[in-house]
Amino acid sequence: MADNKLPSTFFNMVLILTLISAVATVALAYTYQVTKEPRALVEIKKTEAALKAILPEFDNNPTDEKFTLPDYPQLEFYPAKKGGQGIGWAIKTVSIGFSGEVWIMVGFDVNKHILNTQVLSQTETPGLGTKMTQDKFQAQFRGQNPAEFKLMVKKDGGSVDALTAATISSRAFCEALNKAAKALEQGGAK
Amino acid sequence: MNLAKELYRGIVKENPTFVLLIGMCPPLGVTNTVINGMGMGLATTAVLIGSNMVLALIKNIIPDKVRLPAFLVVIASFVTMIDLSMGAYVPDLHAQLGVFIPLIVVNCIILARAEAYASKNGVMASAVDGLVIGLGFTIALMIIGVVRELLGSGSIFNIPLLAEDATTILIFILPAGAFIAMGFLIAAINKLLKRFQ
Amino acid sequence: MEYLTIIFVSIFVNNVIFAQFLGMCPFLGVSSKVKTAIGMSAAVTFVMVLATVSTFLLQVKVLDPFGIGYLQTIVFIVVIASLVQMVELILKKVSQPLYQALGIFLPLITTNCAILGTTVIVFKKNLNLISGTIYAFGTAVGFGLAIIIFAGIREKIDLMDVPEAMKGAPIALITTGLLALAFMGFSGMG
Repeated sequence: MADNKLPSTFFNMVLILTLISAVATVALAYTYQVTKEPRALVEIKKTEAALKAILPEFDNNPTDEKFTLPDYPQLEFYPAKKGGQGIGWAIKTVSIGFSGEVWIMVGFDVNKHILNTQVLSQTETPGLGTKMTQDKFQAQFRGQNPAEFKLMVKKDGGSVDALTAATISSRAFCEALNKAAKALEQGGAK
Repeated sequence: MNLAKELYRGIVKENPTFVLLIGMCPPLGVTNTVINGMGMGLATTAVLIGSNMVLALIKNIIPDKVRLPAFLVVIASFVTMIDLSMGAYVPDLHAQLGVFIPLIVVNCIILARAEAYASKNGVMASAVDGLVIGLGFTIALMIIGVVRELLGSGSIFNIPLLAEDATTILIFILPAGAFIAMGFLIAAINKLLKRFQ
Repeated sequence: MEYLTIIFVSIFVNNVIFAQFLGMCPFLGVSSKVKTAIGMSAAVTFVMVLATVSTFLLQVKVLDPFGIGYLQTIVFIVVIASLVQMVELILKKVSQPLYQALGIFLPLITTNCAILGTTVIVFKKNLNLISGTIYAFGTAVGFGLAIIIFAGIREKIDLMDVPEAMKGAPIALITTGLLALAFMGFSGMG
Protein backbone atom coordinates (compact mmCIF):
# COMPACT_ATOMS: atom_id res chain seq x y z
CA MET A 1 0.00 0.00 0.00
CA ALA A 2 2.89 2.37 0.64
CA ASP A 3 4.49 1.78 -2.77
CA ASN A 4 3.51 5.01 -4.44
CA LYS A 5 3.51 7.08 -1.25
CA LEU A 6 6.13 9.55 -0.18
CA PRO A 7 8.80 7.80 1.92
CA SER A 8 8.57 8.48 5.65
CA THR A 9 11.75 10.46 6.07
CA PHE A 10 11.85 12.96 8.88
CA PHE A 11 12.00 15.82 6.40
CA ASN A 12 9.00 14.56 4.44
CA MET A 13 6.91 14.01 7.52
CA VAL A 14 7.54 17.46 8.91
CA LEU A 15 7.05 19.08 5.50
CA ILE A 16 3.74 17.39 4.77
CA LEU A 17 2.30 17.95 8.21
CA THR A 18 3.31 21.60 8.14
CA LEU A 19 1.85 21.98 4.66
CA ILE A 20 -1.44 20.38 5.61
CA SER A 21 -1.68 22.43 8.78
CA ALA A 22 -0.93 25.62 6.88
CA VAL A 23 -3.62 24.96 4.28
CA ALA A 24 -6.06 24.01 7.02
CA THR A 25 -5.38 27.20 8.96
CA VAL A 26 -5.90 29.36 5.89
CA ALA A 27 -9.14 27.58 4.99
CA LEU A 28 -10.44 27.96 8.51
CA ALA A 29 -9.43 31.60 8.85
CA TYR A 30 -11.38 32.24 5.66
CA THR A 31 -14.45 30.35 6.86
CA TYR A 32 -14.25 32.19 10.18
CA GLN A 33 -14.28 35.56 8.45
CA VAL A 34 -17.09 34.64 6.10
CA THR A 35 -19.32 33.38 8.91
CA LYS A 36 -18.43 36.17 11.36
CA GLU A 37 -21.22 38.49 10.34
CA PRO A 38 -24.02 35.90 10.14
CA ARG A 39 -23.04 34.58 13.53
CA ALA A 40 -23.12 38.04 15.06
CA LEU A 41 -26.48 38.66 13.42
CA VAL A 42 -27.89 35.55 15.06
CA GLU A 43 -27.09 36.96 18.47
CA ILE A 44 -28.65 40.31 17.67
CA LYS A 45 -31.85 38.77 16.34
CA LYS A 46 -32.21 36.64 19.44
CA THR A 47 -31.81 39.66 21.69
CA GLU A 48 -34.34 41.73 19.74
CA ALA A 49 -36.90 38.93 19.87
CA ALA A 50 -36.41 38.52 23.60
CA LEU A 51 -36.81 42.27 24.21
CA LYS A 52 -40.08 42.31 22.31
CA ALA A 53 -41.40 39.33 24.23
CA ILE A 54 -40.46 40.55 27.68
CA LEU A 55 -40.94 44.31 27.78
CA PRO A 56 -44.20 46.21 27.56
CA GLU A 57 -44.67 48.16 24.35
CA PHE A 58 -41.80 50.60 23.91
CA ASP A 59 -41.11 53.21 21.26
CA ASN A 60 -37.39 53.68 21.71
CA ASN A 61 -34.59 51.39 20.59
CA PRO A 62 -33.36 49.66 23.75
CA THR A 63 -30.41 48.12 21.91
CA ASP A 64 -29.13 51.55 20.91
CA GLU A 65 -29.40 52.75 24.49
CA LYS A 66 -27.98 49.66 26.11
CA PHE A 67 -25.41 50.08 28.86
CA THR A 68 -23.36 48.08 31.34
CA LEU A 69 -22.31 48.75 34.90
CA PRO A 70 -18.64 48.61 35.90
CA ASP A 71 -19.43 46.24 38.79
CA TYR A 72 -21.31 43.86 36.51
CA PRO A 73 -19.37 43.77 33.26
CA GLN A 74 -21.20 40.73 31.86
CA LEU A 75 -24.71 42.10 32.30
CA GLU A 76 -26.35 44.22 29.63
CA PHE A 77 -29.11 46.70 30.44
CA TYR A 78 -31.74 47.56 27.84
CA PRO A 79 -33.88 50.52 28.94
CA ALA A 80 -37.39 50.65 27.51
CA LYS A 81 -39.14 53.99 27.05
CA LYS A 82 -42.49 55.17 25.85
CA GLY A 83 -43.14 58.81 25.04
CA GLY A 84 -39.81 59.73 26.61
CA GLN A 85 -40.72 58.09 29.90
CA GLY A 86 -38.86 55.07 31.18
CA ILE A 87 -41.17 52.07 31.48
CA GLY A 88 -38.77 49.38 32.51
CA TRP A 89 -35.56 47.55 31.79
CA ALA A 90 -34.60 44.25 30.26
CA ILE A 91 -31.39 42.82 31.60
CA LYS A 92 -29.31 40.16 29.86
CA THR A 93 -27.80 38.16 32.68
CA VAL A 94 -25.74 34.99 32.94
CA SER A 95 -24.75 32.30 35.39
CA ILE A 96 -23.02 28.93 35.25
CA GLY A 97 -25.41 25.99 35.21
CA PHE A 98 -24.72 22.30 35.27
CA SER A 99 -23.12 22.02 31.83
CA GLY A 100 -22.27 25.56 30.87
CA GLU A 101 -23.48 29.11 30.74
CA VAL A 102 -27.13 29.96 31.17
CA TRP A 103 -28.10 33.27 29.55
CA ILE A 104 -31.40 34.83 30.57
CA MET A 105 -33.20 37.99 29.55
CA VAL A 106 -35.25 39.29 32.49
CA GLY A 107 -37.59 42.26 32.33
CA PHE A 108 -38.28 44.60 35.25
CA ASP A 109 -40.95 47.30 35.43
CA VAL A 110 -40.39 50.78 36.90
CA ASN A 111 -41.11 49.42 40.38
CA LYS A 112 -38.32 46.88 39.91
CA HIS A 113 -40.78 44.00 39.90
CA ILE A 114 -40.12 41.13 37.54
CA LEU A 115 -42.16 41.39 34.36
CA ASN A 116 -41.07 38.28 32.54
CA THR A 117 -38.13 36.01 31.84
CA GLN A 118 -36.80 34.26 28.78
CA VAL A 119 -33.92 31.82 28.53
CA LEU A 120 -31.61 32.96 25.72
CA SER A 121 -29.32 29.95 25.77
CA GLN A 122 -28.50 26.97 27.95
CA THR A 123 -26.93 23.58 27.56
CA GLU A 124 -28.39 21.74 30.54
CA THR A 125 -29.37 18.08 30.72
CA PRO A 126 -32.15 17.32 28.24
CA GLY A 127 -35.41 16.49 29.97
CA LEU A 128 -34.20 17.78 33.34
CA GLY A 129 -32.42 21.13 33.38
CA THR A 130 -33.74 22.09 29.95
CA LYS A 131 -37.21 22.33 31.52
CA MET A 132 -36.16 25.77 32.75
CA THR A 133 -37.22 27.03 29.33
CA GLN A 134 -40.80 25.99 29.97
CA ASP A 135 -43.53 28.32 31.09
CA LYS A 136 -44.34 25.90 33.90
CA PHE A 137 -41.09 26.84 35.63
CA GLN A 138 -40.82 30.50 34.64
CA ALA A 139 -44.41 31.43 35.51
CA GLN A 140 -43.58 31.62 39.21
CA PHE A 141 -41.29 34.61 38.65
CA ARG A 142 -43.80 36.84 36.92
CA GLY A 143 -44.89 39.88 38.88
CA GLN A 144 -42.64 39.05 41.80
CA ASN A 145 -40.84 41.66 43.86
CA PRO A 146 -37.27 40.49 44.43
CA ALA A 147 -37.27 42.28 47.77
CA GLU A 148 -39.94 39.90 49.06
CA PHE A 149 -39.75 36.89 46.73
CA LYS A 150 -36.31 35.48 47.60
CA LEU A 151 -34.62 34.47 44.35
CA MET A 152 -33.18 31.20 45.66
CA VAL A 153 -34.50 27.66 45.58
CA LYS A 154 -36.59 26.59 48.56
CA LYS A 155 -33.86 24.15 49.56
CA ASP A 156 -31.55 27.12 50.10
CA GLY A 157 -34.13 29.08 52.04
CA GLY A 158 -35.64 30.95 49.13
CA SER A 159 -39.08 31.10 47.56
CA VAL A 160 -38.42 29.34 44.27
CA ASP A 161 -39.77 25.89 43.38
CA ALA A 162 -36.83 24.06 41.84
CA LEU A 163 -37.09 21.79 38.80
CA THR A 164 -37.36 18.08 39.56
CA ALA A 165 -33.90 16.48 39.74
CA ALA A 166 -32.31 19.66 38.39
CA THR A 167 -31.33 21.61 41.48
CA ILE A 168 -28.12 22.96 39.99
CA SER A 169 -29.90 24.23 36.88
CA SER A 170 -32.60 25.83 39.02
CA ARG A 171 -29.96 27.46 41.21
CA ALA A 172 -28.26 28.84 38.13
CA PHE A 173 -31.52 30.36 36.92
CA CYS A 174 -32.06 32.03 40.30
CA GLU A 175 -28.48 33.23 40.48
CA ALA A 176 -28.80 34.92 37.11
CA LEU A 177 -32.00 36.66 38.16
CA ASN A 178 -30.53 37.64 41.50
CA LYS A 179 -27.53 39.22 39.82
CA ALA A 180 -29.83 41.25 37.59
CA ALA A 181 -32.02 42.39 40.49
CA LYS A 182 -28.99 43.42 42.55
CA ALA A 183 -27.43 45.26 39.64
CA LEU A 184 -30.69 47.10 39.09
CA GLU A 185 -30.70 48.19 42.73
CA GLN A 186 -27.09 49.30 42.61
CA GLY A 187 -27.36 51.84 39.87
CA GLY A 188 -29.00 50.14 36.98
CA ALA A 189 -32.18 52.09 37.35
CA LYS A 190 -31.25 54.75 34.83
CA MET B 1 -20.26 2.98 -10.52
CA ASN B 2 -23.66 1.62 -9.73
CA LEU B 3 -25.28 4.27 -7.54
CA ALA B 4 -28.12 2.02 -6.46
CA LYS B 5 -25.69 -0.66 -5.36
CA GLU B 6 -23.64 1.88 -3.46
CA LEU B 7 -26.73 3.26 -1.72
CA TYR B 8 -27.76 -0.24 -0.68
CA ARG B 9 -24.26 -0.84 0.66
CA GLY B 10 -24.14 2.32 2.73
CA ILE B 11 -27.68 2.25 4.04
CA VAL B 12 -28.25 -1.46 4.57
CA LYS B 13 -25.40 -3.88 4.09
CA GLU B 14 -22.69 -1.78 5.74
CA ASN B 15 -24.82 0.54 7.83
CA PRO B 16 -22.29 2.01 10.25
CA THR B 17 -24.64 2.14 13.22
CA PHE B 18 -26.68 -1.04 12.97
CA VAL B 19 -24.26 -3.36 11.20
CA LEU B 20 -20.69 -2.12 11.61
CA LEU B 21 -21.40 -0.77 15.09
CA ILE B 22 -18.96 2.10 14.83
CA GLY B 23 -19.40 5.76 15.70
CA MET B 24 -21.77 5.01 18.52
CA CYS B 25 -21.52 8.22 20.54
CA PRO B 26 -23.91 10.35 18.47
CA PRO B 27 -26.55 7.63 18.05
CA LEU B 28 -26.92 7.64 21.78
CA GLY B 29 -26.17 11.26 22.51
CA VAL B 30 -28.19 13.31 20.03
CA THR B 31 -31.17 11.15 19.15
CA ASN B 32 -33.51 12.60 21.76
CA THR B 33 -35.36 14.26 18.89
CA VAL B 34 -35.56 13.31 15.23
CA ILE B 35 -34.40 16.76 14.12
CA ASN B 36 -31.25 16.53 16.25
CA GLY B 37 -30.52 13.08 14.86
CA MET B 38 -31.06 14.23 11.29
CA GLY B 39 -28.99 17.39 11.81
CA MET B 40 -26.10 15.48 13.26
CA GLY B 41 -26.31 12.87 10.51
CA LEU B 42 -26.23 15.49 7.76
CA ALA B 43 -23.35 17.39 9.41
CA THR B 44 -21.37 14.17 9.71
CA THR B 45 -22.16 13.28 6.10
CA ALA B 46 -20.84 16.67 4.98
CA VAL B 47 -17.60 16.10 6.88
CA LEU B 48 -17.36 12.53 5.53
CA ILE B 49 -17.69 13.61 1.91
CA GLY B 50 -15.24 16.50 2.35
CA SER B 51 -12.58 14.56 4.20
CA ASN B 52 -12.90 11.49 1.97
CA MET B 53 -12.43 13.62 -1.14
CA VAL B 54 -9.44 15.60 0.15
CA LEU B 55 -7.74 12.54 1.60
CA ALA B 56 -8.25 10.59 -1.62
CA LEU B 57 -6.71 13.54 -3.45
CA ILE B 58 -3.58 13.80 -1.34
CA LYS B 59 -3.18 10.18 -0.35
CA ASN B 60 0.05 9.83 -2.27
CA ILE B 61 1.89 12.63 -0.56
CA ILE B 62 1.16 11.55 2.99
CA PRO B 63 4.12 9.61 4.39
CA ASP B 64 2.90 6.38 5.91
CA LYS B 65 4.11 7.11 9.43
CA VAL B 66 2.16 10.34 9.77
CA ARG B 67 -1.12 9.03 8.39
CA LEU B 68 -3.05 9.44 11.60
CA PRO B 69 -2.11 13.06 12.43
CA ALA B 70 -2.53 14.05 8.78
CA PHE B 71 -6.00 12.47 8.62
CA LEU B 72 -6.97 14.11 11.90
CA VAL B 73 -5.94 17.61 10.79
CA VAL B 74 -7.90 17.31 7.54
CA ILE B 75 -10.98 15.90 9.29
CA ALA B 76 -10.75 18.46 12.08
CA SER B 77 -10.64 21.27 9.52
CA PHE B 78 -13.87 20.14 7.91
CA VAL B 79 -15.48 19.71 11.30
CA THR B 80 -14.53 23.25 12.27
CA MET B 81 -15.86 24.61 8.98
CA ILE B 82 -19.18 22.83 9.57
CA ASP B 83 -19.20 24.04 13.18
CA LEU B 84 -18.73 27.67 12.16
CA SER B 85 -21.27 27.41 9.34
CA MET B 86 -23.91 25.81 11.52
CA GLY B 87 -23.45 28.50 14.16
CA ALA B 88 -24.10 31.08 11.47
CA TYR B 89 -26.93 29.52 9.47
CA VAL B 90 -28.73 27.05 11.75
CA PRO B 91 -28.09 28.47 15.25
CA ASP B 92 -30.84 26.58 17.05
CA LEU B 93 -29.69 23.19 15.81
CA HIS B 94 -26.11 24.24 16.54
CA ALA B 95 -27.02 24.99 20.16
CA GLN B 96 -28.93 21.72 20.51
CA LEU B 97 -26.09 19.55 19.20
CA GLY B 98 -23.56 21.48 21.30
CA VAL B 99 -20.37 19.64 22.17
CA PHE B 100 -21.21 16.75 19.81
CA ILE B 101 -20.33 18.90 16.77
CA PRO B 102 -16.59 19.18 17.46
CA LEU B 103 -16.77 15.53 18.50
CA ILE B 104 -17.51 14.59 14.89
CA VAL B 105 -13.73 14.62 14.44
CA VAL B 106 -13.39 11.54 16.64
CA ASN B 107 -16.38 9.78 15.17
CA CYS B 108 -14.77 6.43 14.34
CA ILE B 109 -16.77 6.27 11.11
CA ILE B 110 -14.83 9.08 9.49
CA LEU B 111 -11.39 7.73 10.38
CA ALA B 112 -12.49 4.22 9.42
CA ARG B 113 -13.64 5.32 5.96
CA ALA B 114 -10.50 7.41 5.48
CA GLU B 115 -8.33 4.43 6.25
CA ALA B 116 -10.40 1.75 4.54
CA TYR B 117 -11.57 3.60 1.45
CA ALA B 118 -10.23 7.07 0.77
CA SER B 119 -6.61 6.07 1.11
CA LYS B 120 -7.08 3.43 -1.57
CA ASN B 121 -9.53 4.91 -4.04
CA GLY B 122 -10.13 7.83 -6.35
CA VAL B 123 -11.69 11.15 -5.42
CA MET B 124 -15.15 10.60 -6.93
CA ALA B 125 -15.46 7.05 -5.61
CA SER B 126 -14.48 8.26 -2.15
CA ALA B 127 -17.01 11.07 -2.36
CA VAL B 128 -19.76 8.58 -3.14
CA ASP B 129 -18.59 6.30 -0.34
CA GLY B 130 -18.76 9.22 2.07
CA LEU B 131 -22.24 10.07 0.82
CA VAL B 132 -23.77 6.61 1.13
CA ILE B 133 -22.22 5.71 4.47
CA GLY B 134 -23.20 9.15 5.74
CA LEU B 135 -26.75 8.57 4.54
CA GLY B 136 -26.81 5.21 6.29
CA PHE B 137 -25.69 6.94 9.45
CA THR B 138 -28.28 9.70 9.09
CA ILE B 139 -31.11 7.24 8.51
CA ALA B 140 -30.02 5.18 11.51
CA LEU B 141 -29.99 8.29 13.68
CA MET B 142 -33.44 9.27 12.47
CA ILE B 143 -34.87 5.82 13.20
CA ILE B 144 -33.52 5.89 16.75
CA GLY B 145 -34.73 9.47 17.02
CA VAL B 146 -38.26 8.49 16.02
CA VAL B 147 -38.40 5.78 18.68
CA ARG B 148 -37.00 8.00 21.41
CA GLU B 149 -38.93 11.16 20.59
CA LEU B 150 -42.22 9.35 20.05
CA LEU B 151 -42.03 7.31 23.22
CA GLY B 152 -40.30 9.95 25.30
CA SER B 153 -41.99 13.20 24.28
CA GLY B 154 -44.95 12.06 22.24
CA SER B 155 -43.86 13.97 19.17
CA ILE B 156 -41.95 13.65 15.91
CA PHE B 157 -40.08 16.60 14.39
CA ASN B 158 -41.37 18.54 17.38
CA ILE B 159 -44.94 18.04 16.17
CA PRO B 160 -46.91 16.60 19.06
CA LEU B 161 -48.69 13.44 18.03
CA LEU B 162 -50.23 12.36 21.28
CA ALA B 163 -52.75 14.13 23.45
CA GLU B 164 -51.43 17.02 25.51
CA ASP B 165 -51.36 15.13 28.77
CA ALA B 166 -50.83 11.59 27.52
CA THR B 167 -48.29 9.74 29.58
CA THR B 168 -44.95 9.49 27.87
CA ILE B 169 -42.19 7.16 28.88
CA LEU B 170 -39.74 9.85 29.97
CA ILE B 171 -36.87 7.41 30.25
CA PHE B 172 -36.48 7.36 26.49
CA ILE B 173 -35.22 10.90 26.20
CA LEU B 174 -32.79 10.26 29.00
CA PRO B 175 -29.49 8.41 28.52
CA ALA B 176 -30.67 5.11 30.01
CA GLY B 177 -33.52 4.91 27.54
CA ALA B 178 -31.20 5.58 24.63
CA PHE B 179 -29.16 2.50 25.44
CA ILE B 180 -32.23 0.34 25.85
CA ALA B 181 -33.87 1.62 22.69
CA MET B 182 -30.70 1.03 20.68
CA GLY B 183 -30.31 -2.46 22.11
CA PHE B 184 -33.77 -3.52 21.09
CA LEU B 185 -33.51 -1.81 17.70
CA ILE B 186 -30.29 -3.61 16.82
CA ALA B 187 -31.76 -6.91 17.96
CA ALA B 188 -34.85 -6.30 15.81
CA ILE B 189 -32.74 -5.34 12.80
CA ASN B 190 -30.51 -8.36 13.31
CA LYS B 191 -33.59 -10.56 13.16
CA LEU B 192 -34.90 -8.77 10.04
CA LEU B 193 -31.57 -9.05 8.24
CA LYS B 194 -31.36 -12.76 9.06
CA ARG B 195 -34.78 -13.34 7.54
CA PHE B 196 -33.77 -11.69 4.28
CA GLN B 197 -30.54 -13.59 3.96
CA MET C 1 -14.53 20.73 50.04
CA GLU C 2 -15.53 21.81 46.56
CA TYR C 3 -13.02 19.52 44.87
CA LEU C 4 -14.54 16.46 46.50
CA THR C 5 -17.90 17.47 45.08
CA ILE C 6 -16.43 17.76 41.61
CA ILE C 7 -14.99 14.27 41.88
CA PHE C 8 -18.15 12.70 43.26
CA VAL C 9 -20.33 14.37 40.65
CA SER C 10 -18.11 13.45 37.71
CA ILE C 11 -17.82 9.82 38.78
CA PHE C 12 -21.42 9.10 39.76
CA VAL C 13 -23.92 11.83 39.03
CA ASN C 14 -22.67 12.89 35.63
CA ASN C 15 -20.85 9.70 34.67
CA VAL C 16 -19.15 10.22 31.33
CA ILE C 17 -20.66 7.04 29.84
CA PHE C 18 -23.98 6.59 31.56
CA ALA C 19 -25.02 10.23 31.59
CA GLN C 20 -22.96 12.02 28.95
CA PHE C 21 -22.65 9.29 26.28
CA LEU C 22 -18.99 9.99 25.69
CA GLY C 23 -16.50 7.17 25.22
CA MET C 24 -18.97 4.70 23.72
CA CYS C 25 -16.65 3.17 21.09
CA PRO C 26 -14.06 1.79 23.50
CA PHE C 27 -16.79 1.05 26.02
CA LEU C 28 -18.74 -1.26 23.75
CA GLY C 29 -15.71 -2.67 22.00
CA VAL C 30 -13.39 -3.24 24.92
CA SER C 31 -12.61 -6.82 25.76
CA SER C 32 -14.84 -8.51 28.26
CA LYS C 33 -11.84 -9.20 30.43
CA VAL C 34 -11.72 -7.22 33.63
CA LYS C 35 -7.93 -7.12 33.54
CA THR C 36 -7.82 -5.40 30.14
CA ALA C 37 -10.49 -2.98 31.29
CA ILE C 38 -8.33 -1.98 34.23
CA GLY C 39 -5.29 -1.43 32.01
CA MET C 40 -7.39 0.61 29.60
CA SER C 41 -8.77 2.83 32.36
CA ALA C 42 -5.29 3.54 33.65
CA ALA C 43 -4.13 4.58 30.17
CA VAL C 44 -7.23 6.72 29.64
CA THR C 45 -6.83 8.41 33.01
CA PHE C 46 -3.23 9.28 32.22
CA VAL C 47 -4.07 10.71 28.79
CA MET C 48 -7.21 12.47 29.99
CA VAL C 49 -5.48 14.38 32.77
CA LEU C 50 -2.41 15.29 30.71
CA ALA C 51 -4.57 16.30 27.75
CA THR C 52 -6.77 18.53 29.89
CA VAL C 53 -3.79 20.33 31.39
CA SER C 54 -2.01 20.85 28.07
CA THR C 55 -5.07 21.91 26.09
CA PHE C 56 -6.09 24.26 28.88
CA LEU C 57 -2.73 25.98 28.84
CA LEU C 58 -2.72 26.13 25.04
CA GLN C 59 -6.19 27.67 24.94
CA VAL C 60 -5.44 30.25 27.59
CA LYS C 61 -1.90 31.16 26.56
CA VAL C 62 -2.05 30.79 22.79
CA LEU C 63 -5.49 30.41 21.22
CA ASP C 64 -7.38 33.09 23.13
CA PRO C 65 -4.70 35.81 23.19
CA PHE C 66 -4.17 35.48 19.43
CA GLY C 67 -7.88 35.29 18.69
CA ILE C 68 -7.57 31.98 16.89
CA GLY C 69 -10.14 30.17 19.00
CA TYR C 70 -11.58 28.56 15.90
CA LEU C 71 -8.47 26.37 15.69
CA GLN C 72 -9.46 24.72 18.95
CA THR C 73 -10.68 21.45 17.43
CA ILE C 74 -7.56 20.95 15.30
CA VAL C 75 -5.09 21.89 18.04
CA PHE C 76 -6.80 19.82 20.72
CA ILE C 77 -7.03 16.65 18.64
CA VAL C 78 -3.38 16.94 17.56
CA VAL C 79 -2.34 17.33 21.21
CA ILE C 80 -4.37 14.26 22.16
CA ALA C 81 -2.99 12.19 19.28
CA SER C 82 0.55 13.15 20.27
CA LEU C 83 -0.04 12.26 23.92
CA VAL C 84 -1.38 8.86 22.93
CA GLN C 85 1.70 8.26 20.74
CA MET C 86 3.82 9.18 23.74
CA VAL C 87 1.94 6.80 26.03
CA GLU C 88 2.37 4.03 23.48
CA LEU C 89 6.14 4.58 23.32
CA ILE C 90 6.47 4.76 27.10
CA LEU C 91 4.37 1.65 27.63
CA LYS C 92 6.39 -0.27 25.04
CA LYS C 93 9.57 0.49 26.97
CA VAL C 94 8.21 0.16 30.49
CA SER C 95 5.75 -2.73 30.35
CA GLN C 96 5.75 -4.94 27.25
CA PRO C 97 3.05 -7.35 28.53
CA LEU C 98 0.58 -4.54 29.19
CA TYR C 99 1.42 -3.00 25.83
CA GLN C 100 0.62 -6.32 24.15
CA ALA C 101 -2.57 -6.85 26.13
CA LEU C 102 -3.99 -3.45 25.19
CA GLY C 103 -3.03 -3.93 21.56
CA ILE C 104 -5.23 -2.02 19.14
CA PHE C 105 -7.08 -0.25 21.94
CA LEU C 106 -4.10 1.94 22.72
CA PRO C 107 -4.10 4.04 19.52
CA LEU C 108 -7.90 4.02 19.71
CA ILE C 109 -7.70 6.17 22.82
CA THR C 110 -7.18 9.06 20.42
CA THR C 111 -10.70 8.62 19.09
CA ASN C 112 -12.20 8.23 22.54
CA CYS C 113 -14.75 11.04 22.45
CA ALA C 114 -14.57 11.20 26.22
CA ILE C 115 -11.12 12.75 26.03
CA LEU C 116 -11.74 15.42 23.39
CA GLY C 117 -15.16 15.98 24.93
CA THR C 118 -13.75 16.59 28.39
CA THR C 119 -11.07 19.00 27.16
CA VAL C 120 -13.79 21.08 25.51
CA ILE C 121 -16.33 20.79 28.33
CA VAL C 122 -13.80 22.18 30.83
CA PHE C 123 -14.18 25.52 29.05
CA LYS C 124 -17.94 25.30 28.72
CA LYS C 125 -18.17 24.85 32.47
CA ASN C 126 -15.84 27.77 33.05
CA LEU C 127 -13.49 25.76 35.23
CA ASN C 128 -10.03 26.98 36.09
CA LEU C 129 -6.90 24.87 35.65
CA ILE C 130 -7.10 23.10 39.01
CA SER C 131 -10.84 22.39 38.99
CA GLY C 132 -10.55 21.36 35.36
CA THR C 133 -7.80 18.89 36.11
CA ILE C 134 -9.75 17.45 39.01
CA TYR C 135 -12.83 17.23 36.81
CA ALA C 136 -10.80 15.38 34.17
CA PHE C 137 -9.47 12.98 36.77
CA GLY C 138 -12.95 12.33 38.12
CA THR C 139 -14.29 11.81 34.62
CA ALA C 140 -11.55 9.29 33.84
CA VAL C 141 -12.27 7.41 37.06
CA GLY C 142 -15.95 7.37 36.12
CA PHE C 143 -15.00 5.95 32.73
CA GLY C 144 -12.83 3.31 34.36
CA LEU C 145 -15.56 2.40 36.80
CA ALA C 146 -18.04 2.01 33.96
CA ILE C 147 -15.89 -0.24 31.76
CA ILE C 148 -14.72 -2.36 34.67
CA ILE C 149 -18.26 -2.97 35.89
CA PHE C 150 -19.29 -3.65 32.33
CA ALA C 151 -16.42 -6.08 31.69
CA GLY C 152 -17.37 -7.92 34.86
CA ILE C 153 -21.00 -8.22 33.78
CA ARG C 154 -20.01 -9.23 30.26
CA GLU C 155 -17.87 -12.03 31.64
CA LYS C 156 -21.01 -13.41 33.26
CA ILE C 157 -23.28 -12.84 30.25
CA ASP C 158 -20.91 -14.82 28.05
CA LEU C 159 -21.79 -17.86 30.15
CA MET C 160 -25.53 -17.37 29.82
CA ASP C 161 -28.17 -18.39 27.31
CA VAL C 162 -28.93 -15.28 25.29
CA PRO C 163 -31.54 -15.25 22.46
CA GLU C 164 -29.85 -15.32 19.05
CA ALA C 165 -30.84 -11.83 17.91
CA MET C 166 -29.80 -10.34 21.22
CA LYS C 167 -26.30 -11.72 21.21
CA GLY C 168 -23.44 -9.25 21.27
CA ALA C 169 -24.27 -5.58 20.90
CA PRO C 170 -27.99 -5.62 21.79
CA ILE C 171 -27.60 -7.34 25.14
CA ALA C 172 -24.57 -5.16 25.84
CA LEU C 173 -26.55 -2.01 25.14
CA ILE C 174 -29.53 -3.07 27.21
CA THR C 175 -27.26 -3.97 30.10
CA THR C 176 -25.65 -0.54 29.80
CA GLY C 177 -29.10 1.01 29.84
CA LEU C 178 -29.93 -0.77 33.07
CA LEU C 179 -26.62 0.34 34.55
CA ALA C 180 -27.39 3.89 33.44
CA LEU C 181 -30.76 3.60 35.14
CA ALA C 182 -29.03 2.51 38.32
CA PHE C 183 -26.64 5.44 38.15
CA MET C 184 -29.61 7.77 37.72
CA GLY C 185 -30.22 7.17 41.37
CA PHE C 186 -27.34 9.55 41.98
CA SER C 187 -28.91 12.44 40.12
CA GLY C 188 -29.98 15.37 42.20
CA MET C 189 -27.00 14.97 44.46
CA GLY C 190 -24.27 17.56 44.63
